Amino acid sequence: MQSIRQNDLPDALPNFRNLGVMSRILVSVNALALLFALARSREIGEFAAKVTEIAGSLEPILLVVIILLYAGSTLLERLAYVHGLLAVLAIVLAVTAALFPLRTLLGGSGEGRELVWSLAHAALGTGAIAWYFHLRNRAFSPAISEARLQALQARIRPHFLFNTLNAVLSLIRKDPKRAEGALEDLAALFRTVMVDNRQLIALGDELSLCRQYLNLEQLRLGDRLRVDWRLDPAIEEALVPPMLLQPLVENAVYHGIEPGIAPGVIEVRIERRDDRLWLQLANPYHEDYQHRQGNHMALANIRERLKLHFDVEASLDTRIADGRYEIGIAMPYRTSL
Amino acid sequence: MTALRVVIVDDEEPARNRLRELLEDCRAELPHTIAGEAANGVEGLQIVTASEAEVVLVDIHMPQMSGIEFARHLQILERPPAVIFVTAHDRYAVEAFEVNAVDYLTKPVRAVRLLTALKKAATGARLTRGVLESIDPAPRRYFSVAERGRMTLVRVSDVVYLRAELKYVTLRTRGGEYLVEESLTQLEQEFGGVFVRIHRNCLVARQSIRGVERGAETEGEVGWSVVLEGVEEKLPVSRRQWAQVKSLVS
Repeated sequence: MQSIRQNDLPDALPNFRNLGVMSRILVSVNALALLFALARSREIGEFAAKVTEIAGSLEPILLVVIILLYAGSTLLERLAYVHGLLAVLAIVLAVTAALFPLRTLLGGSGEGRELVWSLAHAALGTGAIAWYFHLRNRAFSPAISEARLQALQARIRPHFLFNTLNAVLSLIRKDPKRAEGALEDLAALFRTVMVDNRQLIALGDELSLCRQYLNLEQLRLGDRLRVDWRLDPAIEEALVPPMLLQPLVENAVYHGIEPGIAPGVIEVRIERRDDRLWLQLANPYHEDYQHRQGNHMALANIRERLKLHFDVEASLDTRIADGRYEIGIAMPYRTSL
Repeated sequence: MTALRVVIVDDEEPARNRLRELLEDCRAELPHTIAGEAANGVEGLQIVTASEAEVVLVDIHMPQMSGIEFARHLQILERPPAVIFVTAHDRYAVEAFEVNAVDYLTKPVRAVRLLTALKKAATGARLTRGVLESIDPAPRRYFSVAERGRMTLVRVSDVVYLRAELKYVTLRTRGGEYLVEESLTQLEQEFGGVFVRIHRNCLVARQSIRGVERGAETEGEVGWSVVLEGVEEKLPVSRRQWAQVKSLVS
């Protein structure tokens, strides 16, 4: 089993500072509470009363737990998955117990038996949510392993490999130094692609991968390929999913530069605005060459991986304006896990 | 044996350089001269026509005009050169080449393979329009007219209408008229998306149609004519095509 599953994402606690994660917890806990209320009531009137009763004791606990998880998220992330899970459970139980006296205000008896029931419900609820995040993680795993496979295939996209090898061959007799440099770039590119790319990496590393790739394309396309980098100096440390930009740059060359006779410009603009990272990529749009395939696979995969890593806090949009094809990505600016 | 005249057409400079080096390596065994090289099909056609080259090495994937379309235009020459296609990777084209026994080389090219292909080209079978169309059925971007040692290319998008006259078809652009030896039916098949038939002998560019008006009397009844962008003439619509033309202008 070990070897078959090695591409699966390892289990990890969700990022409790992510808006999507917080809302998922809020919504699912409340949904559980509603179900519970429904099961405990025999008629409609009773249901409303039950909901009010449960909400009264549940919501304060939920809010405090979410605030604590938000505050402690960096500490929790350092723990192994199982330890982290136990820590979360401990927090939930502690908060439930601490807020238990509130129940007497709402007409509870305050008896020991009721405390035990509350703790049991809290533990069950926590277990259910943990199970939900575990399943969600599993559901996205194929996207990650597929990304790796696809990246591999993309890099070994025969079109790119053979054309590059051909260009390198053309240099060997006349300009052996440049040929050496090109082969080094090619080796570096392949090495990066073949390593495990499940974890987030520094944007600076992704950018140097893009530069190595573009060096190779420059070799054969010469003046036709122009790249306009507009990089905020403060973004090198930002963490991004690996192979976030490179496939997009490759698409830009394939769809935007190769079909044109006149030189074309690929514009890469990356900036940080407060706690958000904005990436924009634009290339010439050739309407006549839209039958060349390969674009949508890469886009769909990047979208899925952004969703996995950043949930609702990341977005990817494309548009065609003034004869240029533009991709915009917005995601949280983070420098540590 | 006289030296074989070879032309190289590839949009990537390193690829042209590499082919030149390899040709150099083959020279002792097969004497040849390089008659010229071009970075795109349009220039390539002028060089081939002017130099009366016997062999052309052409890349398939090029902007503006693909290698396959380039080869199609060559076929209107009195003595078209032998064509050797070069491709980095194109599974579909390679399959079609195999099926039709068309010679091709894959990048990176090996000198031995190049030599074999050149030797075969000196005696090889000629390409036909049918073979080229089966390799790439996409419509051409240009029409070609060969006259006295040079080739004129007319962009398909510049043509306002096509009219059959005896064994020729007249291409009408804003700027002039050209005669090509093609059949209107085949043109209609190839460019169905661009031109629409308005009459037994006439195809009109869809985007040039400005409107219709009551025209002069033809064949004893008053018919409709198409008014076109960029040319003065009004072209009669036949009764059979009227319904289709009407749906385009309304």
